[in-house]
Formats: sequence, C-alpha cells, structure tokens
Amino acid sequence: MKVHPVNENSVIIYFSDKVSLEIADKVSQAYQVLKADLESIIVDIIPSYTSILLSFNLRKTNLRDFISILHRILANINYQPASSNIANKIILPVYYGEDVAWDHKEVSDYTGLPFSEIVSLHASESYRVFAIGFAPGFAYLGNTNPLISVPRKSDPRKVVPKGSVAIADQQSAVYPEQSPGGWQIIGRTPINLFDLTQPNLSKFEMGAEVKFEAIDRNTFLAMGGQIDAQ
Amino acid sequence: MSLMIEKSGALSLLQDLGRFGFQNIGVTPGGAMDNHAFNWANKLLNNPQGSAQIEITVGGFKARFNDATSFSICGAEAPISLNGKIITTWSSHHAQSGDLLEIGYATKGLRIYLSVAGGFRVTKTLNSCSTVMRDKLGGLNQEGQKLQDGDCIPYLGNLVPFSRKVPDCFIVDYRKTIEIGVLPTYQFNDFSLVAKNIFFSSEYTITPFSNRMGYRLNGPSIPSNYSDFISEGIALGAIQVPKNGQPIILMNDRQTIGGYPKMGCVCNKDLSLLAQSPPGTKIQFVLKDLYATEAQLHIEMNYFSNS
Repeated sequence: MKVHPVNENSVIIYFSDKVSLEIADKVSQAYQVLKADLESIIVDIIPSYTSILLSFNLRKTNLRDFISILHRILANINYQPASSNIANKIILPVYYGEDVAWDHKEVSDYTGLPFSEIVSLHASESYRVFAIGFAPGFAYLGNTNPLISVPRKSDPRKVVPKGSVAIADQQSAVYPEQSPGGWQIIGRTPINLFDLTQPNLSKFEMGAEVKFEAIDRNTFLAMGGQIDAQ
Repeated sequence: MSLMIEKSGALSLLQDLGRFGFQNIGVTPGGAMDNHAFNWANKLLNNPQGSAQIEITVGGFKARFNDATSFSICGAEAPISLNGKIITTWSSHHAQSGDLLEIGYATKGLRIYLSVAGGFRVTKTLNSCSTVMRDKLGGLNQEGQKLQDGDCIPYLGNLVPFSRKVPDCFIVDYRKTIEIGVLPTYQFNDFSLVAKNIFFSSEYTITPFSNRMGYRLNGPSIPSNYSDFISEGIALGAIQVPKNGQPIILMNDRQTIGGYPKMGCVCNKDLSLLAQSPPGTKIQFVLKDLYATEAQLHIEMNYFSNS
C-alpha cells in the first residue's frame, strides 16, 4: 500500500497496481472506514478500482499530518475476506428486448453467440461496483463473462438513452442519464439510478454487489420504462 | 429584489466555490474557475466566503439592478459601465434601483466575476448553486442551465457603507505567455527523463477545445510508458497525458475519475491564472515545491475565510 500527496489538499492511496475482486473489496472496506473516521476533515473521497483519492480541508489539517493520520487508520483496518460481508446487494431489472438492445447484432457477430445466450450469460453473473464516475451514478461493474467480452464501439454514439445497460471489455455499466457513450448496448432498466429526491442519491455504491434480472417488455413498460425510436 | 439579465452573453453561470462531498458517486465539484478573483469579489463586500456570484465568460453582458445594492466586479479586464459611466474592475460600487450594468468583451483575461452584497439568493442543489450544464445541476432553476436573457436573480439589496478596491499587488496582470507551476505528483516519476525534458523545456498553447472541464494544450508530444492505465480519482489541476502526448489540464467541471497517466498537478494558485487564459495563450511549465504551495494556499484560505 502506498500513500502519496497529489496536490496541496489531496492525497491518493494505492492498494495495488492490478485490478481484482479482492482489491475491490479491500478498497471498498477502506473507503467505508476512511469516510466515517475522517468525516470532519475531508472534503471529498473518490474510491476507484485500486485506489482512493481524498481531498481535505486545509484549514483543519495539513498534508503531513493528514498522511500520517491515513497511515494510522489504514494500519488498523481489519480487512474481511473477500465477498463475505457485502451488505449492499442490488438487483436491477433489465429488459433485454432487441428494440432497446441497440447493439445486439454487433455483440452477436463479435462473440459468435446468439443474443439469447449473451443475455443469459449477462444476467447470470454477479457483479461488483469497481468504481463510480464518468457521470453521476455511472458505475463500472465487473467482471462480465469472458465469452461476452466485446471492445467499445470504434465510433461512440452521440446519444445513449437513459437506463441503457451496456458492456465493454470485461465490464458492464448502466447509463443513469441520456449521454454520449461508446459501450455496446444490450438492454435497458426502468430504474432511476441517480435521483436527487432519494437520500442516498445514487443506486450504486462502491463495493456493492449487483445482479441483473431479465424482465419482459410489459413489465418494463409497467415499471415506467421508455422505448424510443433509434 | 433582483438583477434582471438583459443580455446574458456567451456564457454566464451562477457559481459558488463548488459542490463538494459527492465525487464518490460521480458528481463533479464545479465551482468558480478563478478562485482568486471570486474570493476577492466577495471580500470587497464583506460577503461570507463562497457567496453565489455570476461568472461571465468573455463578456457581452448587460443587466439591470431592479433595486439598490452594493456590488463588486473582479477578474478579466473589460470595458465596464454603470448607466454609461465607466467603472473600475477589482472594486466595489453602489447601484441605484434601475441602474444598467454593461460589460463589454474582455480585453485581457477571460472571466469576470459579479458579486452583490450578501450574494445572489439562489436555491442550492447538493449544498451548492454551482451550475454544471453537463450534469444538469445548479443554476437559477437548479437544472444546470446557463443564465438566459430575461432571468431575474434575487439578492438582498444591502448597501455596504463603503466602496473598496483590491490592493494593486493582488491584481493579476493577464499575459499572452504564462508560467504555470507543476507539482511533481501522480505518475510524474514514471515518465522518462526525455518526457520530462520535453514537458518543461517546451512551450504549450491553449487550444480552442478548452472549457470548464479541461484545458487541452498543443505542443511537442510527451511520450508515456503506459499502454493502459487503471482509472483513478482526478484531483483539481491534474495534468493528463493521453496517448497522443498532448496534455490536458483538468479543471472544475472535470470527470471524477479518469484513465490516463498524469504528469502531476498544476499548483492551486496558477489554476486561477489558467482560468483567465484564453485559447492561444502560451504556457511554460515550471516545477514547484508541494509544501511551499501548500503553505501559500493555507495563508490565502485563512485570509478569505470568515470564521
């Protein structure tokens, strides 16, 4: 583990230089502890695949003291074995119909699998939130089954509809809002992922376990899902 | 009591110091790009630090004070008048009910900060009124929109019993060639000696593809040893070096995480200077000591904070 200053009031902690489930679990446990213990002096905390970036209030502490506080807290974290204690489990309903799975053909062609097989591989896996970023509530979920690993689109879409479930490389994600994007779209959820009226704002949290549950078109529409022309 | 926008100009945004504490779920902080000018504009009026202001980019702005208030203007140099009479920037003034404020186009610098006594009274979203258009957050209607002609922005209508000017030594002279201090952090040590030599000995130009998210620079390409890179949190001022070797300095509206190696961070003080530098400005990078700039920022924060 390495702790390095980044700018006048930010410090980054590196847990590893390789992405793995085990490291993601470690990062999310450390994130929870740091967030709680340092609440009064930090301004922001950004966990990601293998690191945590913290910025602190310079009027309450300074770089040298903050780094030694971090070392002390990190040395005393009793990491639980991977996957044994995930409190936050999310099941996300997804409609995988071809009218919303805009890239079903491209993904089928690339993997050589019928789209129904791709859907069942995608929905049978359980994922972990490795990082949140790109946009509010946008979670990077890993890992997808290697059989459905596809590259990003060479020409990103200018418009990806809100709720689109997409895959790229060995990861999956859901677009919380309409935005540009380069991932391959295979379905859509009717669930709001970022909602200012909800106390925790974002459906996803670092370290949460996520499963996708296939729903049919009528259920999708009944839950408020929208289908629009491509 | 309010300010009525008659001409909003190219880009006028309500801003405070930023939306902090939500980067863990991907919400960018946003906030005034030039903290130096922003802090002074509030200080001149004895406003609480971080009181909401209008950040006027480039200029071409016209607004009417519907009620009397003290106000202040800091930042870029531009022809500024109140009822047709030229007024000075980096100072506070008094407006009577019905007075017309006109801000022409910036002649030096890029962003002009307009503050009123007590700050603009705008509803906050996630503890901030900072406008982030991409995320549809903040602003007058909390939907992330830039200010429009006809918008009325409420204020208290306080008159401060004095008018003040920022001491000359704190007024920044915006030049066409600037020195930008670099803190040797993040992957600085992973870049080769050749890469660092190119970076520090060359001149980089701010391109037109620069905005509140990031400043894209153009200059000699910086080689990197990374073929791929694990996404990590991006601090304010991070200097990303993507595959094409052309650096990008990440500013207030940056994405919270990113997957490019970084040649350190721009020191806080020079971010304000960068925020005032339009496309075409030439940049010379110089190495800075992190603990020295930390001490400097600490002094500045203490000076501008009210508590």
